[in-house]
Amino acid sequence: MRDSCVNPLSRPVKGAGGPTGSWRTSRPVLDGRKCNNCLLCWLYCPEGSISKEDRAIDYDFCKGCGVCAAECPQKAISMVKEEV
Amino acid sequence: MSVKIKDMPDIDYVLPGSAACAGCPSAIALRIVGKALGENAIMVMTPSCAVASIGLLPKSCYSIPVLNICFASAGASGGGLTLALDALYEKGRLQGEKPTVFTWIGDGGTYDIGLQGISAAAERNDDFIHFCYNNEAYSNTGVQRSGATPLHAVTTTTPLGKEVARKNVPLLMLEHRIPYMATASLAYPLDLYRKVEKAKSVKGFKYIEILSPCSPGWKFAASDTVELSKRAVKSGSWLLWEAEYGKLTLNNPTRLLAEGKTQPIPVEEYLKDQGRYARLLKHPQKEEYLAAIEAEIRRELTFMADRAKL
Ligand SMILES: Cc1ncc(C[n+]2csc(CCOP(=O)(O)OP(=O)(O)O)c2C)c(N)n1
Ligand code: SF4
Ligand code: SF4
Ligand SMILES: [Mg+2]
Repeated sequence: MRDSCVNPLSRPVKGAGGPTGSWRTSRPVLDGRKCNNCLLCWLYCPEGSISKEDRAIDYDFCKGCGVCAAECPQKAISMVKEEV
Repeated sequence: MSVKIKDMPDIDYVLPGSAACAGCPSAIALRIVGKALGENAIMVMTPSCAVASIGLLPKSCYSIPVLNICFASAGASGGGLTLALDALYEKGRLQGEKPTVFTWIGDGGTYDIGLQGISAAAERNDDFIHFCYNNEAYSNTGVQRSGATPLHAVTTTTPLGKEVARKNVPLLMLEHRIPYMATASLAYPLDLYRKVEKAKSVKGFKYIEILSPCSPGWKFAASDTVELSKRAVKSGSWLLWEAEYGKLTLNNPTRLLAEGKTQPIPVEEYLKDQGRYARLLKHPQKEEYLAAIEAEIRRELTFMADRAKL
């Protein structure tokens, strides 16, 4: 039963889809001075990669979708091209 | 009393680094739903993007128990699970609050292959919430058309655009006169949250359908998932409403549109950034087709405004 190959039971873990931060072509960058704490970015990030506490972004898993930047009413988040 | 975003709990059903596409509407919707349902819940899924998003064994992106069941069986499985829990409580083998049982199912699993089982669960009044995240196609297998795909939309199985209109499953559920049902949109998260809280508080069968714009399926930029959700509602292409035992209430902004107090935005505003309509928007008969779509929207708004008076 302990062998996960024969026991079809998965456990919750970050990065179940791999290190998805590597999918990103642009990264969201927050300008804290413009942020009015509306928390829309926290609510909308499909990855749950934005902290409710301080809007810090977890770049390990952020896929760079840009939803946070598009929905921020203050335009406090900009998408910046990733350098290779 | 409307909840504020800052009061929503920091509970996450979807952990960072899922296998969903960037900007996935199912992930966004499920995160909001999870905040409303809380941790004491069990989720049932049929083959779909939501399942593919889980990742590879032995990892799961979902923080609550999930049962993966076969495609046609959302209704039977949700019903069986909730009845099994009731039996365990009756025998005293479980104590405490019963977990909320819910199914998280695509439009394929709801409109097409799962329809009879969901209808049967509704008629039996099984105690669970059926969620349909409607991305208007079989997205997981490469965007084939479903019964929810709208007229003219290009999919891999409708390369010239779909020739028939979508069916209206929410209306079908309305006439099952179930204890509670609602339609919802990612662009109105407080409305969605309230509806999920309401569904959680009601015993019996509940149905919530969330329009889920899917960037690879509908061919738009991943950043626009929420923006397109908003334009769908503002153009009257997706209507917001809820019903208790068949008593219908329209929610804003749909209600204002239906009462003629505000005008829908031109439907082209909603369609223009979706590649699946590129063919339609280049067609010589484009104006005729758009006028027909808008006439259909007006017909549906009139129908719903009158139905709400019953
Ligand atoms: C009986 C059966 N037929 C076909 C499939 C293949 N299949 C897996 S997911 C899927 C599409 C599901 O579409 P939908 O329910 O809309 O969810 P989405 O992928 O759009 O999220 C199909 C056809 C299957 N798993 N089982
Ligand atoms: S770009 Fe997308 S995944 Fe990254 S933080 Fe913003 S919303 Fe989340
Ligand atoms: S195809 Fe669409 S619904 Fe499926 S995982 Fe990607 S964005 Fe989500
Ligand atoms: Mg689908």
